[in-house]
Amino acid sequence: MNGNTVGLTIDRKTMSVPPGTTILEAASAAGIRIPTLCHMKLEDLEYENNPGACRICVVEVEGRRNLAPACKTECTEGMVVHTHTPRVMNARRTVMELILSNHPAECLTCSKNGYCDLQKVAHDLGIREIRYRGEESVFVPDRSPAIVRDMNKCIMCRRCETACNTIQTVGALTAVNRGFRAVVATAFGRDMAGSTCSYCGQCVSVCPTGALSGRSHTDEVLKALADPEKIVIAQTAPAVRTALGRDFGYEAGTLVTGKMVSALRELGFDYVFDTDFAADLTIMEEGTEFLNRLRAEDADGERAKLPLMTSCCPGWVSFVEQHYPELLPRLSTARSPQQMFGSVAKRYFARLLGVERRRLVVVSVMPCLAKKYECSRLEFAVDGNPDVDVSIYTRELARLIRYANIDFRALPDGEFDRPFGESTGAGVIFGTTGGVIEAAMRTAYELYTGRPLPEIEFVRLRGMEGIRSATVDFDGKPVRIGIAHGLGNARRLVEEVLAGKSPYDAIEVMACPGGCIGGGGQPFHRGNMEVLRCRADALYREDAGKPLRKSHENPCVQELYREVLEEPCGPKAHEWLHTRYFDRKNGGTEDSGPEK
Amino acid sequence: MTIGWQVLVCGGTGCRASQSERIEKALKEEIRRCGLEDEAQVIRTGCFGFCEKGPVVKVIPDNTFYVQVRPEDAEEIVSEHLLKGCRVRRLLYVDPETHLRVSDSKHIGFYRKQLRIALRNCGFIDPENIGEYIARDGYAALGKALTGMTPEEVIGEIERSGLRGRGGGGFPTGLKWKITRQAPGERKYVVCNADEGDPGAFMDRSILEGDPHSVLEAMAINGYCTGASKGLIYIRAEYPLAVERLKTAIGQAREAGLLGDDILGSGFSFDVEIRYGAGAFVCGEETALIRSMEGQRGEAMVKPPFPSERGYAGCPTNVNNVETYANIPVILLKGADWFAGIGTERSKGTKVFALAGKINNVGLIEVPMGTTLREVIFGIGGGIKNGKKFKAVQTGGPSGGCLTEKHLDIPIDYDNLLAAGSMMGSGGMIVMDEDDCMVSMAKFYLDFTVEESCGKCAPCRVGNKRLHELLQKITGGKGTEEDLERLRNLALVIRDTALCGLGQTSPNPVLSTLDNFRDEYLAHVREQRCYAHQCRDLTQYFISPEICRGCTLCARACPVNAISGERKHPHAIDPLLCVRCGSCLEKCKFGAVRVR
Repeated sequence: MNGNTVGLTIDRKTMSVPPGTTILEAASAAGIRIPTLCHMKLEDLEYENNPGACRICVVEVEGRRNLAPACKTECTEGMVVHTHTPRVMNARRTVMELILSNHPAECLTCSKNGYCDLQKVAHDLGIREIRYRGEESVFVPDRSPAIVRDMNKCIMCRRCETACNTIQTVGALTAVNRGFRAVVATAFGRDMAGSTCSYCGQCVSVCPTGALSGRSHTDEVLKALADPEKIVIAQTAPAVRTALGRDFGYEAGTLVTGKMVSALRELGFDYVFDTDFAADLTIMEEGTEFLNRLRAEDADGERAKLPLMTSCCPGWVSFVEQHYPELLPRLSTARSPQQMFGSVAKRYFARLLGVERRRLVVVSVMPCLAKKYECSRLEFAVDGNPDVDVSIYTRELARLIRYANIDFRALPDGEFDRPFGESTGAGVIFGTTGGVIEAAMRTAYELYTGRPLPEIEFVRLRGMEGIRSATVDFDGKPVRIGIAHGLGNARRLVEEVLAGKSPYDAIEVMACPGGCIGGGGQPFHRGNMEVLRCRADALYREDAGKPLRKSHENPCVQELYREVLEEPCGPKAHEWLHTRYFDRKNGGTEDSGPEK
Repeated sequence: MTIGWQVLVCGGTGCRASQSERIEKALKEEIRRCGLEDEAQVIRTGCFGFCEKGPVVKVIPDNTFYVQVRPEDAEEIVSEHLLKGCRVRRLLYVDPETHLRVSDSKHIGFYRKQLRIALRNCGFIDPENIGEYIARDGYAALGKALTGMTPEEVIGEIERSGLRGRGGGGFPTGLKWKITRQAPGERKYVVCNADEGDPGAFMDRSILEGDPHSVLEAMAINGYCTGASKGLIYIRAEYPLAVERLKTAIGQAREAGLLGDDILGSGFSFDVEIRYGAGAFVCGEETALIRSMEGQRGEAMVKPPFPSERGYAGCPTNVNNVETYANIPVILLKGADWFAGIGTERSKGTKVFALAGKINNVGLIEVPMGTTLREVIFGIGGGIKNGKKFKAVQTGGPSGGCLTEKHLDIPIDYDNLLAAGSMMGSGGMIVMDEDDCMVSMAKFYLDFTVEESCGKCAPCRVGNKRLHELLQKITGGKGTEEDLERLRNLALVIRDTALCGLGQTSPNPVLSTLDNFRDEYLAHVREQRCYAHQCRDLTQYFISPEICRGCTLCARACPVNAISGERKHPHAIDPLLCVRCGSCLEKCKFGAVRVR
């Protein structure tokens, strides 16, 4: 051993690896596959679930009494490892049978069918019978507005716990009970709606089985499509187009905007619009609001509402309401693009069509589970009629397309309908971490300085680092930007604000690691970080290819202000496009909480 | 004041449960009534170990050992013994072989063959009086270490003594101390594992109840060696007496300057804090224990890293068991050579065992390593109750193995027990006789591990449950020979793949009984017979018509009216109604009720 490497043999291959390398990592680097189940690592996001709990990755290490979990065992000098001896294979198979013996054999009807890690490993291990049968767990499924928990399918891999506690620091999920009754649950066995869950859906993103899934609203969509009285409108969020293709065999990060539009039309939507349009609108409002707060500071040193914190992400908003209600005044009051779209559609587009708002059904296609919760919030409804009727997530749309037997790959590229199909590059990059603030800066800079931006792309704001910061020079006024993705990172920025130590004027937060591209409703990354990187790159590519890249240049947005909204952050805009928040720290709801 | 008599009353939990506190009170009252306050003193001690014959009262200086004393006996003890100097003969122990009354405990077979090192003070001193501990060389070892030895010298002494961990693992104690000492870290911790959880084991409790200072002293010595200034005792909250005495001891030690800052003017500071466990067996496993102390869910973590490197709060932590600590002061005072002269080649010193089950002398004993099982069970333990035949002894608690007649002459030490398919464990020893069904026995222990598994890893969570279910099937008469193969495969896989010591050893009762009592398993699956008549589903009660006199006693005793028959005519049991409670068997005076 020469201090910097460790030499070992795996399956008769000799190799040397840096100290601290696990057998799993060493084997993987040498092209030797070891099956895993609970283990999951997303290095850029600092996500690592490594409890060594499933015992599927066990290997034989010469001289060791029992089998070693490859995921948790560090290589040592001279180690001799065998990954597929009969002893190892029998152990894996037996353990797998044990796991399956307490797992409902409902694969055909399971929401995870075809995407299930358990199914895949069982297939790889060639399980054909389960020799060990017995009592099975019986838990009552829990349906929140966004997430469904069916703990009968939980295999205690703890990935959700790591996502919820370590990455998101939400702490809604943790293992409880002993032995066979051990399961991941909420505090005091409450349902998720009564827990501190922010509905970010990261638990769903990492769940290897169907234990955690998004709540389906497909039937509501089909019902609306079947109703001849209804005018059904689709709005699609920016991150959807970079990920949807994955469920139809495209490479990660393939933009399928045109095919998605065509598919929605095929499905029977009367209008297919782009949430990116509403993202541009958001920038007009949020950007103006930011400038107003900034000018208030310039005028009288008033910093009570700075840093301004973005409000596009309902998971993040929910997190602030539950954990940091004292910071609600810092949240931008601008609604999220989904809700701005719904508001404009129900109020303005209905008028253009000359119909009652109730005849419109607005369906949003989102990368997100929290959006389902957001559109159900009562403040986003008029006389009980919600601005956005139904929100479905990317995987749900893919399922719908397959259900309708639409050959997605053969579809022609369609175009969004007018007027809300027009968007700028600024709206597109909303889908990735740093995108909202970059879009906001493009507009705020020009509105503040009155001069065109010298460099459109704020490369410093991009990337996958959990917390990033940059200073933008607004003609001699330094504007300090903080960006966090993942609620754990957000919490760190928030704590700074609370401690009065935040250096920032504006903070962008997206609840999901990576931003919306890594949303809880997106096709599963299955632990492959590359998938997320490709999706972000795709959005920046789309932005770069757009003729218009600043929200205030969007002609349809300009027209909307001319026609009805008058001016950003004006009274009309406030009524249509802004919202209020509630203190929900102690389990309060939007109905009972005091208005902020 | 000239104290002539010391009356020691056992204050261990067992004797307290049989009213020893009332005895103590009665003795005191009686002494006062007789005006003997100046000559006699009543002292409540820790456990004497001879629980079978409790409550125990010992009179010093003539070493009279009274057994099964009742509060009413106080008067006679005082008036006859203390006043007149005549022993109360009827309260003396009767030697089962010679049938003679024995007055001095050292002539009692139970004590004669013991060597008490860890239990040296139990039953001799008032555990709530630090003065008595000091009078028996208490804290002299700490003084010796602090004033005359370097930490390395102390560790060297412990290493040379050959002391191994008494909690079950048998890891060399000195080496553990050395690793903790050498582990880099600003802060380090000394932890005492008092989470005694084996059913039937109470050695740690007895030491803490009877001699708490020995543990505190050893922890301080360890702190001096490893560089820790903080000690934590993790004790189950179900041990209220031990907790109370520990608290008293900690208070007294602080007052005496033997805990706290600058102990004995040496500049070394050390203090001890108590942490409570909620009664989970797995928390006796050191990594689970540490997590529990940190306020997390008590579940085992993959090792390495070992606690000595990264333990409590991420700091190097030396975890030793109560009994291990209790040995330390003596080793330092009498020297490593003395200690190493006791025991076998690889297991030095003594071991405390808790004798339980079908044995005459239930209680706590301490014998040199290398004593044979036969000496323990038949010599000290007094053989099997009611003259029955010895069948097996379970050593090592619920995860130990069942040893048989053929193992009786092996000298007890860590390695021999392991080689025989069992283990030392914390020292539980449960004796079984011919009436015990070994399949049921294995089931009983599995019942415990299924309940106490933390549920983290799949083999233990599901595997033990399935093992238990297979055993239920076999004892229920539904098992097949194939099931025995399944049983063995599953047990081996659990042993090979489970995450922590609990899971890896939980199949031991199954494997050892499968090996040593295969015929019994075969009788269960081939003939559907349980020859020990313990498995209800395989047992049939019937009345021999030749012997039955028709007295009707059995019919009247039967709780389910399964017995019918005319007076003075032979009765019969309806096997379909019979619940096999055995009431008829008990009631029949003629031996007409038979079991098959």
